[in-house]
Formats: sequence, C-alpha cells, structure tokens
Amino acid sequence: MRDKRRALLGIVTGVALIITACAPAATPAPTQPPAPTQAPAATEAPVGAPTEVPAPEEGEPYLLGAFFSTTGPVSSLGQPEADTMTMVVEAINAGGGVLGPDGKLHQVELKMYDDQSDATKAVEVVKKLIDEDKVPVIVGGTGSPSSIAVIETVTTAGVPFVSVASSSKIVNAADGSQNHWVFKTPQQNLPVAQVQLDWMKAHGFTKVASIGVNNAFGADSMAALNQVTADGGIEIVWEGTFEPGTTDFSSQLTAIAGTDAVALVVHATPGEGAPLTVQFRDLGFEIPIIHNHGIGNRAFIDTAGASAEGVLFPIGKLLVASQLPDSDPQKATLLQYLADYDNKYGKPASTFGGHAWDGVMMVKAAFEAVGPDSAAIRDFLETKITNFVGISGIFNISAEDHTGIGKESLVLVEIKDGDWVFVPPDQYANVP
Amino acid sequence: MTPSEQLAQYIVSGITQGSIYALIALGFVTIFNVTGIINFSQGEFAVIGAFLAITVAQKVSLFRGQLPVALEWPLPLAILVGVLGAILVGMLLYRFGIQPARHASVLSQIVVTIGASIALRGMVLLAWGTDPYRLAPFTAAKPLRLFGAVITRQSLWVMGLTFVAVVGLYFFFRFTMLGKALRASSANPDAARLMGINTRRMGLVAFALSAALGALGGIVITPSIFMTYDRGLMLSLKGFVAMIMGGLTDPFGAVIGGLLLGTVESLAAGLISSGYRDAFTFVVLFLVLLLRLGGLVGRKTSQELERAGL
Repeated sequence: MRDKRRALLGIVTGVALIITACAPAATPAPTQPPAPTQAPAATEAPVGAPTEVPAPEEGEPYLLGAFFSTTGPVSSLGQPEADTMTMVVEAINAGGGVLGPDGKLHQVELKMYDDQSDATKAVEVVKKLIDEDKVPVIVGGTGSPSSIAVIETVTTAGVPFVSVASSSKIVNAADGSQNHWVFKTPQQNLPVAQVQLDWMKAHGFTKVASIGVNNAFGADSMAALNQVTADGGIEIVWEGTFEPGTTDFSSQLTAIAGTDAVALVVHATPGEGAPLTVQFRDLGFEIPIIHNHGIGNRAFIDTAGASAEGVLFPIGKLLVASQLPDSDPQKATLLQYLADYDNKYGKPASTFGGHAWDGVMMVKAAFEAVGPDSAAIRDFLETKITNFVGISGIFNISAEDHTGIGKESLVLVEIKDGDWVFVPPDQYANVP
Repeated sequence: MTPSEQLAQYIVSGITQGSIYALIALGFVTIFNVTGIINFSQGEFAVIGAFLAITVAQKVSLFRGQLPVALEWPLPLAILVGVLGAILVGMLLYRFGIQPARHASVLSQIVVTIGASIALRGMVLLAWGTDPYRLAPFTAAKPLRLFGAVITRQSLWVMGLTFVAVVGLYFFFRFTMLGKALRASSANPDAARLMGINTRRMGLVAFALSAALGALGGIVITPSIFMTYDRGLMLSLKGFVAMIMGGLTDPFGAVIGGLLLGTVESLAAGLISSGYRDAFTFVVLFLVLLLRLGGLVGRKTSQELERAGL
C-alpha cells in the first residue's frame, strides 16, 4: 500500500513536471523555420542598382537586424511587423538601396528571426544577431516582455535597439534616465491613459474598475492609469489581474459587478481582451468598457463579434487614417503606408506594423546620415529624430525621452458596426 | 451585485466550468476502467473536437491563411463532425499508440499518451495557429437570472449536456451489451476473454467513447470561453484532478469531483485572488492526495490502484 502511494505521488510529481516542461513546449513549435527570412530582393543586390547616368557607386550592403514574434501568443502583432519590415526593406532595395554618407548606394540586408513570443528566445536571437550576424542596429521585440529581456544584451554589446513594444520599462531605466541604447516607436502607456482619463472626465466619471493581463504590458498600462487617475481625481475602486492565456473571466467580472464602478478599463491584447469583452456583455453589464491600444487589430473585432460593439480604446491614428481631418500632418504618410501594405499583402495594415515602419525608417535615416556604425546610429537617433512624421506619431526623440511621442499622436476610437470609428475629442462625452 | 449575489454567481460559473472538467474526467475514468491507462491526451480531444466544429461551422483560414475554409454548415452538423473527428483521432491513438505498446508497463503507456498529447497540440498549432477561436452561442437569448446570478444560455447547454452524458453513460454501462462487455473487460479481462469478449476491441471502444466525451465538452465551452490550441494540457490536468477527487474509477465520483473542482476554483479566484486560479487546483490535488488517497468520493480504491499498477 505504501509503495503504491509512493508510486502515485511519483506520477503526480511527473504531472507537475509535465506542467513545467510543457509550458514552454506548449508555446509554439515553430510553424516557420526560424532561419533568417531574408528579403528576396536583397539577394539580387548586384544587379539591382539603377544604371542611369551619374549612378552612385555601389557599396557593401548594410546589415539590419530584426526579430519579431511571428508565432506564439502575440503573433497577431508580430506578423504584420515582420511583413512591414520585409516590405520596407524590399522597397528600399528596389529603389537602389540607401545612399550612405560615403556617397555610395548600399543595399539593406535584413537578418530577421522569430522569437516565438518567448522572452528567453528573444535574448537568444538577439545574441545571434549581434555575435554571428554582426548587425549594427536592431529593430524588433514584438511583446514588451521580449523587448525588456534584450535590453541588457544590446546594452552590453553597444548595439542600438529600436523596440516596437510599448511598455515604458523598455526605455525608462530604474534611475529615471533613459536606457542609453534603447529607443521605442509605440506610444508610451502614459499618454494612452491620459486619453482614457480625458474620456472619463468628459463623462464626469469618478469611480472605475481596472483589469489587466499579468505581464509587463498589462502592469505598465495599469500603473499608467493609476498615475493619471490619481492626478485626475478619479478613484479606481477595483483592480485585478489575470494570467496571460486566461479566457474565463467570470470570477473577476463578478467581483467587479459587486463594486460601484461606472466604467471598466481593460489592459490586454485580443487573446484575452476578446473573451473578456464577450463575457462582460454576456453577464449583462451596463457600464461602458474602454480598452487600451492592445486590442487595435482586426483579430479583436473578428473574435469578439457583436460584443465588440461600443468598445472604446485610444490608439495611434492609422486605424482611422481616412477619417482624420485633412489638416492632420500624419494623414498622407498613413494613407501611403496603408496603400503600400494593401498592394503587397492584400490586407489592411495594422498599428503594430506601423511601429515596425517607424523603426526601420528611422534606421534608414540614420544609415543615410552616419552609415552602419552602432555608436553613430545611436547618437543620430537620440539627437536627430525631430518632427519625424511616422505612423505611430510625430517623433521628437531626445536624451530625456527615447519614445518622443505624446498624447497628440493618439485618437480615441469606437468600434461600431464591426469597424473602427474616429471619435474627435469634443465628442468624448457622447461615446459609447 | 450584492455579496450574496456574487456568491451565487461564483457558484454558477464554477459549476459551468466544472461541468467541462467532469466531462474530461469521465473520459479519463472510462479509459482507465477498461485499459488501466491514464490518458493524458484527453484534453486534446476537446481541443480537436472544438477546432473541427469551428472549421466547418464558420469561415476560417487554416495553415496561416494558406487554406481558406468557408463551409458554414449548421451547428448540429458541425458538432457531429467535431465529435466524429475526435473519435477517429482517439481510435487512431489507441491503434497506433497504445496497442503496439500493449506489452509495456502501464506507466510506459501513460507516457505514450503524454507524447501523443504534445504531438496533437503541435498539429493543431500548425493548422489553426495561435489565435483564439469562438463558436456562436448555441441559442441566442438573454441570460437568465437566478438568485441574482447571471446564467448564460450557453451555461445551461454546458450543464444540460453534462447531465445527459452522465445519465447516458450510466444506461450504456448498465443496460447495453457493449457497455456490459466494457465493464466485464475492466472487472476481469481474462474471464471476459473466455466469455468471447474481444478485450482489445474494448480498448478501442473506450478510447472512442472518451474522445467523444472530450470533444463534446470542448465544443460546448467554446462559445463562452473560446478555444486556443494550447488549452488541452490544462483541461487534461484539471480532468485528472477531478478524476482523482472522484476516486479514479467511479464515473459519478468523477462528475462530482469535476463540479467541486470548478466551484472551488471559481470561489477561490473570486474571493481570494484571480491571479492564482490554476494554482488552487493543484493545492486541491495535493490536499486530496495527502489526506485521502482514495479520493473524496470513492472508497475501495487501493484495490483499483493496485490493478492500475500504481
């Protein structure tokens, strides 16, 4: 009998081991070999240069490192980023390449990897980019956890890194300064929370509930909301988290129903945000629900269906580019990117792809000015990116701010009839 | 909601969630009783069943957009496809995974099922990717209210289906020849063989039956909590815990174990901390193992464990 008990406990320990062993294994077997997905155009480099009259001489290709989560839980963000990267690099190379400071044309050779939505894997591929591929600059890091994980690696190696993830911890060092080698293109969570606050104030709300995914993205967004609501005189009467991958929120929503919150703020991506919204509606809540920019792609509307109606969220202007007033300085750039992406991939571009667009275009500007020198690229990014019209916003990067975009680059969007609708600031009180 | 309404809501949510664990646990028990194996790919049956049903019921594109499917068959047909597909997978698993290893120890056969679950999960990932999928609710109507708790129509479907499955299984095992043959080969395989029962075929039937139960569970929860490729592992583990709570061999114990587990989870997540939802399950498992090896419901389990080679 005792033997049997021991054996059974052995099985259970085995089960525990499976949980720990399979948790990483459960995250993707790669559906794409993680080999570098080089832009096809790059291999045609020698013949690609224009032959018109005073054709600049052709130089060595410039290497560009990139890593995105094209598989795993955040792949719905990472895939458009990788696609955008491929598209922009192909376009640059098809146009002859980058005219470097040496007066020669350089093709851009893209070294791109998949980190499988896994922070550990992200560090591995970044080490590979730096040590084996010897790239002078890196763009990527789809999820905040991936981006944060590689800060130390790029800092030690002295390679500038332009992140496409949004957590403020990516650029903010613990001592209050900016991480020397790290920049990022998505807006901070703070201005997102500021827009949410403006909306609450327009309604005269004073008590809200806040729920977020328990990772770097959710925690940062929740902290930003806490910060702005404390200053704005709004009380967060209930705050809670859930693990990434959770799809049953009945317990949390029930707890929220027991409070006197008049709105719910959600900090999540579509994987959790969509089921949460569906269950929120199923439980018959009558208070409005406002998300953050994490749900700004088609997957959210597709999976949440009718429950998505009336959901609000602040995000960059791309989603509603055609609805913006013509006076908006970003409108032309946004429409161009949308058209290019649609031509190549036959589907609408997402904000996340836009973050990659900003990153690679900044690097292109740096290549043109200073060539493939890591330290010089870093200095260029920190000092020379001013009034840079991008997809995510108009960038003014400085030593004090490695993101460089604020609340003006964001708009409030409402989901209506399965589509995104631009809400002008003077209409906040009327939505949803 | 007042605190008492909240409590009612936690219990309703717990019972809904627990019904799924119960269906998975029933699958575990069926296979265990007939073959002595704890089939850790039980949760994958739920995932595969649900994904097949989703695929024929709505527009999806498989293999990263390479294979668009737009059949949009009616729901009952989709459920049938999901269940039959899972049954096929279950039978293939038995025929090509378990049977070739029939001379190995039970423990090795359990390891085969763990391997199969990882392989199946990988295949689902390849075909359907990482996005969460949803089925439309079976009946669209306003949720009901009971003691202030909201009961969605889908929850009723979940609970009703579990009830039907339990009663159906009871009659199947009690009153049909096949059910009796299954019980016979579980009670005494040698005698069963002497009576002309093909015990190997009974294993096949057990796997098919468990796959059907798992697939039903997976399909019926998809409208409320979505389906993702990696859901199977957790479902297997929760079902396993429910099975142990119910005393390993008792179908009714498994159902009660599942319902209890779901309720405990829901209450703990709501009243203590939602971040540790899954952790509570394993606390429950350890408590059950330490305090009552025979499960909360079952009694004569030491014998059963012995038979299982545990």
